[in-house]
Amino acid sequence: MAKSAINVERVWKEYAVGTTHPRHGTFYDLLGHAMKAPLRLLSRAEREESAATRFQALRDVSFEVQPGEVMGVVGRNGAGKSTLLKVLSRITAPSRGRVTMRGRVASLLEVGTGFHPELSGRENIYLNATILGMGKREITRKFDPIVEFSGIERFLDTPVKRYSSGMYVRLAFAVAAHVEADILLIDEVLAVGDADFQKRCLGMMGEVAREGRTVLFVSHNLTALRNLCTEGLLLNAGSVESFGAIGDVLQRYALGASGEGTSVADFADRMDGEIASLQRVSVGLAESETGASISIATAVSIKVRFSVHKPDSEIGVFVSCLDESQNMVFSTGSFFERALSGVKLAAGRHEFSCEIPGNLLNAGDYTLDVSLIRDRSEVFLSEPAVVAFHIHEVGSLVEGWNWPIRGVIRPNLRWSARIVNDSAVEVREAGSDRS
Amino acid sequence: MSSENDEQYFGHEHVTVIEPLQGWRMLDWRELWAYRELLWVLTARDVKVRYKQTVLGAAWAVLRPLTTMLIFSVVFGRLAKMPSDGIPYPIFVYSALLPWTFFAAAITSSGQSLVGSSHLVSKVYFPRLIIPLSSIGAGLVDLMVSCAILLPMMSWYQVGLTWNLLAAPLLIAAVVFTALGIGTLLSALTVAYRDFTHITPFMVQIWMYVTPVIFPISLVPEQWRRLLYLNPMTGVVEGFRSVFLGRDFDFVGLSISVGISLLFFVVGIAYFERVERRFADVI
Repeated sequence: MAKSAINVERVWKEYAVGTTHPRHGTFYDLLGHAMKAPLRLLSRAEREESAATRFQALRDVSFEVQPGEVMGVVGRNGAGKSTLLKVLSRITAPSRGRVTMRGRVASLLEVGTGFHPELSGRENIYLNATILGMGKREITRKFDPIVEFSGIERFLDTPVKRYSSGMYVRLAFAVAAHVEADILLIDEVLAVGDADFQKRCLGMMGEVAREGRTVLFVSHNLTALRNLCTEGLLLNAGSVESFGAIGDVLQRYALGASGEGTSVADFADRMDGEIASLQRVSVGLAESETGASISIATAVSIKVRFSVHKPDSEIGVFVSCLDESQNMVFSTGSFFERALSGVKLAAGRHEFSCEIPGNLLNAGDYTLDVSLIRDRSEVFLSEPAVVAFHIHEVGSLVEGWNWPIRGVIRPNLRWSARIVNDSAVEVREAGSDRS
Repeated sequence: MSSENDEQYFGHEHVTVIEPLQGWRMLDWRELWAYRELLWVLTARDVKVRYKQTVLGAAWAVLRPLTTMLIFSVVFGRLAKMPSDGIPYPIFVYSALLPWTFFAAAITSSGQSLVGSSHLVSKVYFPRLIIPLSSIGAGLVDLMVSCAILLPMMSWYQVGLTWNLLAAPLLIAAVVFTALGIGTLLSALTVAYRDFTHITPFMVQIWMYVTPVIFPISLVPEQWRRLLYLNPMTGVVEGFRSVFLGRDFDFVGLSISVGISLLFFVVGIAYFERVERRFADVI
């Protein structure tokens, strides 16, 4: 049997947090330590390990990706997706565990890594491609296809600082798209830019997948994941919550940990947020409903719980609902409600909730972006795709109609009919309209 | 070409094993060699960017040491009547300013290089040593340009060409080597302790006065002279003077300095390698 392309064995990644010292140590601290314990000066790293406050970004993560598989990694912000990518890209070393990768690895964590604004497009192609691990001959060979893909021939010798942001991203992506590797690690931030460009990015990824290369793709875009990936990995608070076929993993993600139609996102009870911090976001069947799962007809309740650290702040919750294609279906703010607008909150925990009525959204997968907003103007906390839910189709409502009912929304509209067979009446009515 | 080697390194059979890194470890020369093209590209970038959008462009590489030489010649040569072992003061000070300017610029820029490249360090993997190395490489171009200026100056002051000139490449190697060790150490220290952002320029300033740049080493009492060579730049600067001014080499002093350079180099690389793995977390 062929060996796996990526083999992750019991990987942990710990960060020291909370203490003021380790992240940006100053020389003064070092001197202080040196006076107290001159010989331990060199073992600073070990002392940090013993620091009481540690944050585990990855906990005992194990999984395998076979050659040619395209694996999608999902999870909320802070679930460890980025850390996992960073460990696999060798940007940061794991604290424990072991990763084995077979073949040439290229990691695309952003577009245009190392682009220098003063240099021309041509120079930046060479620079960026070398940083991504291409050799000189390889770049020369791919130079024309890269330029053609980016569509910036005319500006090849212009410094990229004069480029529009669209041109910049296109050029950067063109380089990334031509990286030849057996294993590609791709962060969704790669898919920036307008909708058209995103489509091209995803198209490129689909091509890569068909070429039989191994891909690890981190994204919040559930449709893209469903279409591109064969395998899925769901991370939750640094641990693997689900690993297997992409459909199962996405369903698990949509349903949340409880598996009962409620999706819950818990946040570590952090006190470091200056104004307020999120505690829990949950989405599920509204209490008024009796059914077992969310369907077209049922109402869905959204609850956002947060801690206010700075008393007397006016804090609002803002929720955006995105469908499978990342179209924003609606967005709503708690301060749109007159009773909640301009209200100052006391320190402590608060829960804001709202309900999406039944017979509004069409069947499908939805994700919610949640933000906290101060004074109706300043977004100080934003969590994309924090929870997801799935609206089930309710059987066939109409005998004989076997096609899906399409549309972003699916309101239950009242239809009425009357007989209009008196042509004389109709003409008279139309005529009176005209006058 | 050793592209075959690269093929092995980057190729399809290559197995990457990622494990926690602990303690001191050896520099992975093979990896560094495999990434030499990146070193070249980053150095070229630094050189190109340095004089872009400046009116005088590459002329700055010449103007800086020349201006410094003029000021030093007036202040120390004319006004302070600094002795210069019977050599015209301008050429005496310029031959020392060559390695010194390179060294000062190299350690200052490589000290800042890692912090300045945080966008690279946190987004893509390559041997981090490439970053301070490339910033030193860019300074090397300036050194070459200003060396070329010295030749017409020598004929102007009628300082003859000697066989000692053949040792120039060796001394250039020595100053690069010294800058590498100290620059690498400083770049790693700057990431760990931002204080070095302020310490480095200050240190460079003081360092010049304990190096015989503006004064001849003969000004120092005989019994202390050897002690001065513990500063690796003393050996380099005196060596440059021997090369260009045709004086005898002080081989003992030079060996002491090169030995200290070697020590800095080993310590610098070792410390860098030790803290390298934390860069992305700290930067």
